[in-house]
Amino acid sequence: MTDTKKLTVNGLEVEFTDERNLLEVIRKAGIDLPTFCYHSELSIYGACRLCLVLVEGRGIMAACSTAPAEGMVIHTETKELREMRKINIELLLANHDRECTTCSKSAVCALQNIARRLGVHDVRFKSPKRTDPIDTSSPSLDRNPNKCILCGDCVRVCSEIQGIGAIDFANRGSNARVAPAFNADLGKVECVNCGQCAAVCPTGALLPHDDTEKVWNALYDCSKTVVVQIAPSVRVGLGEMFGCKVGENVAGKLVAALKLMGFKYVYDTNFTADMTIFEEATEFIDRFTKKEKLPLFTSCCPAWVKYAESYFPEFLPNISSCRSPQGMFGAVAQEVLPQQLGCKREDLVVVSIMPCTAKKFEAKLPKLATNGKPDVDIVITTVEVGRMIHSMGIDLNDLEPQAFDMPMGLATGGGVIFGASGGVMEAALRFAVEKITGETLKNVDFKMVRGMNNRKTATLNVAGNEVKVAVVYGLAAAKKLLNEIKSGESQFDFVEVMACPGGCISGGGQPYGATNEIRKQRQNGLYTIDATSQLKKSQENYMVDKCYAEHLGGGAGSHKAHELLHTRYQNRSQLFDAKLPIIRGTKDNRLAVTVTIPTKGDNAAATELLGAVSQYVKESGYADSVDLDAAFTAENVNCVTVDCEEIAASIDSVKEAIEKGVKAL
Amino acid sequence: MQETIEKTREEVQRLAAVNEILERNNYDQSRLIPILQQVQEVFKYLPKDAITYVATSLDLPVAHVYGVATFYAHFSLNPKGKHIIRLCDGTACHVKKSSGIREKLYEKLGLSDDNRTSSDLMFTVDIVSCLGACGLAPVMVVDEVVHGQATPELAAELIDKIRAEESAA
Repeated sequence: MTDTKKLTVNGLEVEFTDERNLLEVIRKAGIDLPTFCYHSELSIYGACRLCLVLVEGRGIMAACSTAPAEGMVIHTETKELREMRKINIELLLANHDRECTTCSKSAVCALQNIARRLGVHDVRFKSPKRTDPIDTSSPSLDRNPNKCILCGDCVRVCSEIQGIGAIDFANRGSNARVAPAFNADLGKVECVNCGQCAAVCPTGALLPHDDTEKVWNALYDCSKTVVVQIAPSVRVGLGEMFGCKVGENVAGKLVAALKLMGFKYVYDTNFTADMTIFEEATEFIDRFTKKEKLPLFTSCCPAWVKYAESYFPEFLPNISSCRSPQGMFGAVAQEVLPQQLGCKREDLVVVSIMPCTAKKFEAKLPKLATNGKPDVDIVITTVEVGRMIHSMGIDLNDLEPQAFDMPMGLATGGGVIFGASGGVMEAALRFAVEKITGETLKNVDFKMVRGMNNRKTATLNVAGNEVKVAVVYGLAAAKKLLNEIKSGESQFDFVEVMACPGGCISGGGQPYGATNEIRKQRQNGLYTIDATSQLKKSQENYMVDKCYAEHLGGGAGSHKAHELLHTRYQNRSQLFDAKLPIIRGTKDNRLAVTVTIPTKGDNAAATELLGAVSQYVKESGYADSVDLDAAFTAENVNCVTVDCEEIAASIDSVKEAIEKGVKAL
Repeated sequence: MQETIEKTREEVQRLAAVNEILERNNYDQSRLIPILQQVQEVFKYLPKDAITYVATSLDLPVAHVYGVATFYAHFSLNPKGKHIIRLCDGTACHVKKSSGIREKLYEKLGLSDDNRTSSDLMFTVDIVSCLGACGLAPVMVVDEVVHGQATPELAAELIDKIRAEESAA
């Protein structure tokens, strides 16, 4: 047991035990000291200077970076402290683009809220006009440097939680900015679009890209049939925007709101989550029986997939080839709905409501399109749909709940828990254990993979076989696990990876202000839906069975199912290499061809190949349409990619890929 | 084809110099600043490909290395001229009219505040805040040689001298 110690805050005695810093002790005492740069799950930065307190005998210090000690006497509200805090806010405001009325962070902006709380009514400092360009290159996130207050939250979440570091501080003094390397566009760097930077950004400097206008325009277009799918986590997040209890399931009310908006049919992504289990668990059983390409990694999280494509291409064969539930829904909708709803395929508009910003990126991938038309046309986040409801002047709470439309509205508990870290694993186990043992699974709960621990592992005994599973969230935790698997230190059969803390329930598109407590409650919301569902196992979803029978070649793993529900992965690892441009095309649409040259050891073959490719591109007349680069790496790899697809390192296969690629431009 | 192969070989050689520096520093992330200093010694500035290459070799995010390279005034991301002229514009030198020397240098070399390297990559003029020789103000340092109580005429003379030496060589 930890000893209880005491200190005094504003004359009141406060007990503490193992709190990391004074700020936590003071907040526990019910005083919400303002901060921008403090997040309990991130390292302590001490930059915003708002949590200043007076410690008797020691002077004024930042509570976040001061350890509590027995007998400390602390004041939080002296005249001097109040003035210092106000000046700090004034200075930040002077340097901030204060176009608040048109900022989509307005009303949930921490800078705005703290300025109001502290009574900052006047900014006495001259504002330098900040006119940095706004970066809208990413399909997922917009970056407005003019709104940045340099608190560094985004920088730390990207490097500490996701292990990426796509953005960092650059330059110095009044020129200091948070930016990708070389101030490049966010859409062109290693960013995996998870949106955790936006989830911690106190201002509007990093925001999920807004696509609501596209949805309204589709809804207003009479020639279109607009349908929508709702991801599991949306229903336990959206309520927070309407004063509901955190984690409350508002699915029925959301269906009603979407019908009012003009959506023809409202479906549930949980349906294709169940379908994902059919495919992925079948894939697992197959690989597990053959003992090949293990561990199998889940593929639902597009941020994780892009991370693996960029940092661990050697594991790509291990990632389940299943499309994500969003991707499967798109494919099935395009295949089934035109006939069922009596509309032309080109007039069908499929909208997704996702808790996730990376889903916007995923939907734009050419491989998730049919004949050039994306299977999912528009992706909006939980917050975006909340804003659409706000703009209609309706209160979600006043609506009578409605049911999802059939057939793609039926889902089991297995589908709904996809939104919580461990959920995909649990749903897959409910399927796989039953199939492997051939007996009905009585207890469907696999509680060892639940909860807010960023790494959960378990060893199951399934019909005499040992099945080792792991569940991780946060890509830094995934990186650690992957390195252990690579070195042989750890061994697993099946691994679930989600990028966001606690899973999709705290995705970059969920309402602002998630803490671990809120994440737990959102997770519990999903587990409650599961617990109260009659159907808990994905394989009990008879509508999925029916869909397989009528449209997908009979069952999981069929040729048709493979064609529609599976995908392939790209090798993006050359992104990080030093590049030498060899050929630069002039057309707007160009094919990227990259040949890796190892800088150590024998690179004669690779250099010859690059020479041959450059000659081919020039002689074939494709030079206008191709960007050819040499990529230099210290590692001993031979990698050739055409449009990020890895090609065998021979001139014939490269020629073929280039010809195909240029024609498809 | 041959041209591409030559170009590629040249780049491999360039990066071989970086490999050597990295090895000398044991690929130690905590030695990032000395590594960048040594890379800058080789190339006279920090080329983009070298920054990227150092980052990936040390398993550091490129944005982090870029952040370090742009934080310190010592590092330059733009090519520098063969001859570097550092002109002091600290308080003492400023009062002693260093600005006249700057104008003369700019005029002679076709430079401006935004462009401080001559187009033939022969000269770079760096305006620095103090060289620690205020007693000699105004001070300019040409290729590590300190010139005290400098004048615009002296600046012009030194440039002409270097140009003459270069064309003779």
